[in-house]
Amino acid sequence: MDFFSWLQYDFMRYAFLAILIITPLFGLLGTMIVNRKMAFFSDALGHSALTGIAVGVVLGVNNTNLSMVVFAIVFALLLNFISSKVSSATDTVISVFSSCSIAVGLAILSQGGNFSRYSSLLVGDILSITPQEIVYLFVILVVTLVFWIFGFNKLLAVSLNRTLAKSLHISVGWMENLFAVLVALIVMVSIKWVGILIINALLILPAAAARNLSENMREYHFFAIVISVFSGIMGLVISYYVNVATGPTIAILASIIYFATYWWGSRNNI
Amino acid sequence: MRKIIVPCGLHCIKINHLGVTLGGQEILKDINLHIHCGSLNVVIGRNGAGKSTLIRAILGDIPHIGNIEFKDRENGRIQKLKIGYVPQSLNIEKQTPVSVYDMIASYQSNVPVFLMRGKKIRQQIEEHLEIFEVSHLIDKQVCNLSGGEQQRVLLSMALLNSPNLLLLDEPVSGIDKNGMELFYRTIYHLKENYDLAIILISHDLEYVRQYADKVVLLDGSVRKQGSVREVFQSPEFAQVFGSGKEET
Repeated sequence: MDFFSWLQYDFMRYAFLAILIITPLFGLLGTMIVNRKMAFFSDALGHSALTGIAVGVVLGVNNTNLSMVVFAIVFALLLNFISSKVSSATDTVISVFSSCSIAVGLAILSQGGNFSRYSSLLVGDILSITPQEIVYLFVILVVTLVFWIFGFNKLLAVSLNRTLAKSLHISVGWMENLFAVLVALIVMVSIKWVGILIINALLILPAAAARNLSENMREYHFFAIVISVFSGIMGLVISYYVNVATGPTIAILASIIYFATYWWGSRNNI
Repeated sequence: MRKIIVPCGLHCIKINHLGVTLGGQEILKDINLHIHCGSLNVVIGRNGAGKSTLIRAILGDIPHIGNIEFKDRENGRIQKLKIGYVPQSLNIEKQTPVSVYDMIASYQSNVPVFLMRGKKIRQQIEEHLEIFEVSHLIDKQVCNLSGGEQQRVLLSMALLNSPNLLLLDEPVSGIDKNGMELFYRTIYHLKENYDLAIILISHDLEYVRQYADKVVLLDGSVRKQGSVREVFQSPEFAQVFGSGKEET
């Protein structure tokens, strides 16, 4: 059997390209999401996709993708704002808003027994991606890289100590909000291909695994991206031959890598 | 430790009528302080007296009324005040892959730390770490440092852009008695050898008695300020800390 036979189909080639763009992006963002303990935040954002679509349906918007992205951005900024104002634990606040928003979304979308139309969003389907959508993903990759090059230091500084960052004239609020918007944007643009149930796994697992191996930021980013891209490509190939959904296959591979690195890291005391 | 500049004693920092109200509650009221370079000013007070709020207000982290001016006493010129801040702790968990270099460069440099190491900034960081004899820690993970090591690294970082005023929260955890002694000796050395003023929040009156030049007793407002003797023997001090008992 020819190992590369899967590349003869257009849809596989597109999916391959999409994965080459999405996975480094997820690896990159994941490092900061894990550092800032925002795993729950990105999870809530993923779930808010349904609500965004529901809002679009209610308002009669033709392109529900747009309402989804706009809603996620507003939702992310709102979560940031409320977490900074309310003194109770951030995870509780996020949970309250996330549950509320997903309940509203589900209620609206399930009206008249029509929810099955949207259930594909739960698992995602990378094989249905079109060249134009790949171009969108590429643009977002470039935007993220630029933000990372110019903003990463500040973002790290803010996550280590806000007051210290402020005393050095770093715009703390701006950085936090920009990052939240970026995460919202990327989660929303890729959710159709990756799926609501899986997206957080792909954001968190590579970075979590990389932490087991790294001692500084360069190693952390290098390993996170390598692990993310590797599990992405292998997940696509394996899912093709085994005939299961791609997203879950990638997540399973990333989990296996996480456990392996955890074992390795604890043996080598990193 | 290296000697850089002997304090000239000619700069002064004036905090005028500083007040902070948060959530409708007045936390600090009419704070007036006059601070000279080369002096160690220690803020004491019971828990909830507004000590940390004062530091955060001076840093501009929370909104406040009143103003802070930085003057050259010789010609009265007002300059821009550069503040170095040493936080009590960092928001960092075990296993976080942030090295000492990563941390300091993230605050002080534009060279993206996830991509490469800047030669110039690395050298600069190493030199400053050497002031506190911790340059060997530059590639260590911050989360694996001991409390004392972390404190010295943070101090080096605070000195990196040659501040006129150094604000410190005394470390409360992860430092033993010897470490504390060392911490105070380091601070003392700093004020003797650098052209800067120091405001330190302290919880340990014994060390305050030993090292402070000026003591500020805070309890929502300044209850008493002056030399160690003046403050420690004042009725206000007895009122806040209980008569004759010196505990936090």
